[in-house]
Amino acid sequence: MIFSYEIPLLLLLLVTAAGAIMVKDLMSAVLLLGSYSFFLALVWAWLGAVDVAFVEAVIGAGLATVLFLLTLFRTAPKDTRLRRPPPSLTTLIIFPLLGVLLLYAANDLPEFGDPNSPASVHISPTYLERSYQDTHTPNVVTSVLMDYRSLDTMVETVVIFASGIACALLLRRKA
Amino acid sequence: MIRPHDSIIVQTLGRFLIPVVQIFGLYVLFFGQYGPGGGFVGGVILGMGMILSVLIFGHEASRSQITKKILHADGVGMLIYAGVGGLCMIGGGEFLNYANLEIPGLEIASRRSLGIVLTQIGVAVDVAVTAVSIVFSLSAEEIIEDSING
Repeated sequence: MIFSYEIPLLLLLLVTAAGAIMVKDLMSAVLLLGSYSFFLALVWAWLGAVDVAFVEAVIGAGLATVLFLLTLFRTAPKDTRLRRPPPSLTTLIIFPLLGVLLLYAANDLPEFGDPNSPASVHISPTYLERSYQDTHTPNVVTSVLMDYRSLDTMVETVVIFASGIACALLLRRKA
Repeated sequence: MIRPHDSIIVQTLGRFLIPVVQIFGLYVLFFGQYGPGGGFVGGVILGMGMILSVLIFGHEASRSQITKKILHADGVGMLIYAGVGGLCMIGGGEFLNYANLEIPGLEIASRRSLGIVLTQIGVAVDVAVTAVSIVFSLSAEEIIEDSING
């Protein structure tokens, strides 16, 4: 199921990701990372995960870029290591091996959208069928997140709260 | 600390754009039950609107006062979320089982729908306040100290 516009999308994803690593000026790296998040959001939307795409666009391309930029204003905007050391021999051996291993394992993954894959036969059909009559919520993602799995979401909220507190404790210290 | 932006184009556009961003955030927050979106994204968009006002008009501007006051709401979102769970326990059920919210005249499915809306508001408040708080921590520690202590 490959259409013509997906290859350029994935290529742009790779190019922006590589660019963000390679570029010397950290400001450009941050902006490249923002555009990377935006292309990733397009990929999520293409795969049908619209909620994830929304979060990726808002957090990755919006909030994270602002946070990175504010951090850059307080620190050095240049990567001071002008010449990066070449990758060591271990890196050159281990990472291709890891890639081959991952590709080999990817063979056993279920087909995309396969109705008989383990993830879609266990409990997902129950949620899909009963979400509306249980909760009057047409968006099943929301009803799973906020109702069926509400405790998980609450602890995620605690994590966000804790991150804000940690930033305040670390950064709002009088010198 | 962040000073107001010099350009009149940025200021005028910001004046026009920030309310639009805020209303879009509210729309995403409350439309999360019917389409993509929800508390997390809506909260981030609401927070981004306030961050935008600080970035454009600076910390001192009168438009940023609300953003500074928002910082005192750290933890209110958690309180709303856990409070809904507590109300469910008072209603005689398990923690966060919205079917036990004691609201007369509502069937169980509508109660659960209401519980989803309330907890989403809690998540949105929490996320928005945290986003603004992190940005303030990164940009203006003296001002923060003054506004909280004085």
